Amino acid sequence: MMDFIIGHYNYWVSIFLMMVGFYAVISRGNLVKKIIGMNVFQVSVFLLYISISTVEQGSAPIFTEGVELYSNPLPHVLILTAIVVGVATTALGLALVVRIKEAYGTIEEDEIHELDHTL
Amino acid sequence: MMQGHLCILLVVIPLFAAPIAAILPRGRLPWAAALIVTSVCFVLAGMQLWSVVQDGVVSYELGGWAPPWGIEYRIDAVNAFMALIVSGIAAVTLPYALLSAEKEIPEHLIPLFYSAFLLCFTGLLGITLTGDIFNVFVFLEISSLSSYALISLGRKRQALTSAYQYLIMGTLGATFFLIGVGLIYSQTGTLNMVDLAARLPQVSSLNTIHTGFAFIITGIALKLALFPLHLWLPNAYTYAPSVITLFLSATATKVAVYVMLRILFSVFPSDFVSTTPTGDLFLLSGIAGIISASVYAIYQVDVKRLLAYSSVAQIGYIALGIGFASFTSLTATLVHLFNHALMKGALFMAIGSIIYRVGKCHMDSIHGLGRQMPWTFGAIIVGGFSLIGVPGTAGFISKWYLVLTAIEQDSWISVVVILVGSLLAAVYIGKLIEALYFKPAVDSNPAVNEVPFSMLAPTWILVLANIYFGLNTELTVGVAEHAIRVLGVTAE
Repeated sequence: MMDFIIGHYNYWVSIFLMMVGFYAVISRGNLVKKIIGMNVFQVSVFLLYISISTVEQGSAPIFTEGVELYSNPLPHVLILTAIVVGVATTALGLALVVRIKEAYGTIEEDEIHELDHTL
Repeated sequence: MMQGHLCILLVVIPLFAAPIAAILPRGRLPWAAALIVTSVCFVLAGMQLWSVVQDGVVSYELGGWAPPWGIEYRIDAVNAFMALIVSGIAAVTLPYALLSAEKEIPEHLIPLFYSAFLLCFTGLLGITLTGDIFNVFVFLEISSLSSYALISLGRKRQALTSAYQYLIMGTLGATFFLIGVGLIYSQTGTLNMVDLAARLPQVSSLNTIHTGFAFIITGIALKLALFPLHLWLPNAYTYAPSVITLFLSATATKVAVYVMLRILFSVFPSDFVSTTPTGDLFLLSGIAGIISASVYAIYQVDVKRLLAYSSVAQIGYIALGIGFASFTSLTATLVHLFNHALMKGALFMAIGSIIYRVGKCHMDSIHGLGRQMPWTFGAIIVGGFSLIGVPGTAGFISKWYLVLTAIEQDSWISVVVILVGSLLAAVYIGKLIEALYFKPAVDSNPAVNEVPFSMLAPTWILVLANIYFGLNTELTVGVAEHAIRVLGVTAE
């Protein structure tokens, strides 16, 4: 039992971060906080990818003399792409928040909701 | 020479055209560039379908890296058919877009508008063509990010909040997809779809694979607005510029359905749906979606929102087809996917024409317009009949096949739901026609004329297609049956 818990510690970390991010997205009314939560959620997935690419006793996937065993480099490359996508999403999300602030004068979800329905 | 490079050209041409459109001077040049690109892509997609039908599957190795290590574009009848739908709708949308976009989008944003449109187009084509599951994620995000930007260009400030809402939900969906891909990669060590299909049967009993499967399906279900994950769709469709509403409703959700079919039946063993509770979940969501979204649609006072809810209901029919997971039902799904693109395209174009003339599409502000804009009204009638499923229109064919499947499977509740759904559609389309034609015109509205030919022609191309594919079913049903066989499902 203890072996199971300790042996899978990378999964526990990912799951914990994932739920923290997910909870922030759902429960926060502040639009910027939602984006922060989304980022935590995405990063947890990046960590999951990186951690499952590890090979026991394997070195970092950089070609050097005297090293025989490397970790799997492919997930690293995939996550590099996913990070770029994540940055683009965050940038677009924040740009939208700026425009929302200009249009409504607030970035709190409930106040925006009220403004839309009193018109 | 060019034959072998068709699939990559389809992605590269719009990708390179997008920044060019952004730096072109204001005016009509960006539009002309987009028009040329989409028309060229339409022709290329046609040639591609032709060559696939003639010579069989095309495999294109990106950068010369052999699959399964490199990214492979693998074009079979399904991909080629989807690419043709996407580029066809784009090619019909663009002539319509000129005036509609000039009316609804600030002048200084027009070049960026067409640039984002081309990026969205790139992403959608990329999803249909690629044979690499991670590449699907990348293209999914390209098309989604550009569609968030496009939706936010709507005239009302609610466009911003609905784009934001879509961004949050869409990103969560894409990240779910990413988790699933990672879990499956950890057990199979491959991302190539053909390779996955070969390796998954050996590991398909593992919990990791089941978890990954659930994540992937939930992620795509968010993108295709499957009930109850549809919450972003009504707002996004209501507040987006008319051109974008019609383009996204006719392509984006359809491409997501394609990804769903590809993963459920082609990547995973094709009995995976029936041996896990997946099929029942799809049936449940389809039934709930058809009834609740149709009822919601009846109570809407904004015409675009009414049609948006109707889209959610139509996705319910598609989910029913997926849930039955038989040869006939999947054929019905694919036919309905194509027909729904035609009818919603025509309807949203007609509503866009009304917005072009009166600037709004509230139920109270469109009274009597049907008599002033007879051609647009005619398009709404035919499109609406197709949506209801009146014989002689495209909508009838797909519903007919769905009812046949439901009877075949002894699922009488689905038969009832499909028929009730059609009745509810008749109610909301009837409401629309009543407001347009039978209510006296509002006094404050100045009399309006029919919209210009450049907007009417694309609308009527889609309307006539609705009638043509309602009478001649050989083409759609034939292609769909062939495509389902390619996906790996055969008739018993």
